[in-house]
Amino acid sequence: MIRVELPQHLQTLAGVGEEVLLEVAGPATPRSVLDALEARYPVLRGTIRDHDTLERRPFVRFFACARDWSHEPQDSPLPAAVASGAEPLLVVGAIAGG
Amino acid sequence: MTGVRVLVGTRKGAFILAADGKRQRWDVGGPFFAGWEIYHMKGSPADPERLYASQSSGWFGQVIQRSCDGGRTWEAPGGGPEKSADGMPRGESNKFVYDTTSKTGKPLTTHQWYDGTQHPWEFKRVWHLEPSLSDPDIVYAGVEDAALFRSSDGGTTWQELAGLRGHGSGPQWQPGAGGMCLHTILLDPSEPRRMFVAISAAGAFKTDDAGATWRPINRGLVSKYIPTPAAEVGHCVHRLALHRTRPRVLFMQKHWDVMRSDDAGDSWREVSGNLPTDFGFVVDVHAHEPDTIYVVPIKSDSEHYPPDGQLRVYRSRTGGGEWEALTKGLPQRDCYVNVLRDAMAVDSLDRCGIYFGTTGGQVYASADAGDSWSAIVRDLPPVLSVEVQTLP
Repeated sequence: MIRVELPQHLQTLAGVGEEVLLEVAGPATPRSVLDALEARYPVLRGTIRDHDTLERRPFVRFFACARDWSHEPQDSPLPAAVASGAEPLLVVGAIAGG
Repeated sequence: MTGVRVLVGTRKGAFILAADGKRQRWDVGGPFFAGWEIYHMKGSPADPERLYASQSSGWFGQVIQRSCDGGRTWEAPGGGPEKSADGMPRGESNKFVYDTTSKTGKPLTTHQWYDGTQHPWEFKRVWHLEPSLSDPDIVYAGVEDAALFRSSDGGTTWQELAGLRGHGSGPQWQPGAGGMCLHTILLDPSEPRRMFVAISAAGAFKTDDAGATWRPINRGLVSKYIPTPAAEVGHCVHRLALHRTRPRVLFMQKHWDVMRSDDAGDSWREVSGNLPTDFGFVVDVHAHEPDTIYVVPIKSDSEHYPPDGQLRVYRSRTGGGEWEALTKGLPQRDCYVNVLRDAMAVDSLDRCGIYFGTTGGQVYASADAGDSWSAIVRDLPPVLSVEVQTLP
């Protein structure tokens, strides 16, 4: 199982706690994890990635194993620790605004 | 016992204010969708328990929320874990995709940008939700960048009425300071296929065939801030209003100027009359007196607060031209709030109730058609929109 931590607003929207557990088919990549997340919680479609282009929204970031994965290709493999569930993939709302 | 429900959208959530028909004691519910911007929330005229809300965030985009119990509980339609017939997740309720197919009109992908160049249409948020007068599952959405969408399944899926963006003047539309938004949608109670919309900064538009084809209705508008002051499009219309029994008469608060049309928008004349300033955002019509209208004058386009620090609603009983200041119960010194374009509404009780919200977080109510006012709440986040439901 892959662990994904969501920011508070998306936890509220999806009606989940801070962390969700997902079954991901095939290699764990940003795309495959987000596909699985959105399939399980369709209300999150469009909130992390653009509905149409599937590009990451500008003020959303992905962190894993103390590294920023936001600018990595969506099909790049996530660390083994994320794939095994030892570490979570963090979806983070950028710090901005008042 | 009749009652009213005031639906308030703010920068940091939604609130529902409820009272009985006397409108003296209020229950304040919320915040709903705490921390999110609620540009607009409105109830279905056909089913007052059906509410729609536009929930958005600079971080996480647009979400549509729907309530079937008067706002006690909410859901994002199609956002649950259900699957469609082909096994795919649904979750289309926040999907607003511009229609560029050749089948449904004239593909149009650019509008005028601040520097005069052409810029692609980019969806940002829903400014206004207008439920059908007769079917709770039909609802229209006015969005930024300016376009009109329609849902016929209670907000689960949305389709653009692309004839508006594609009718020909789209490349001349340009964003105002607040963005290029379609913020007003008026449904004509006497002509079910007729709609009026307004866009900043493009102007007013009208359809007589349920949104398939559109034309600009801006004849008589004069805007000194555009290269051709009497141009067919390019005007920063802030708000339109009509009375349900006389829908051929329209009122408009333009960037500057309060305007009136007596021919369903085909021509306009200025009715600013003796207003202290004719800049402002809101305009609305008394529920029982089609010639009694209300505006809140704002000092200027560069100073978005009331003149002289005095918050005054102005009422005309003559359909414009002659105006009286309504001040009883409103702050008459040191008041520097704004009243945004969707932040005034009327109930249909007798006497007519008038409501408006401010960027300072106050929601003011008058249960006597504007003669006197009191604040229902004073310390909400900045108010973006106010709607009222009159309950049986």
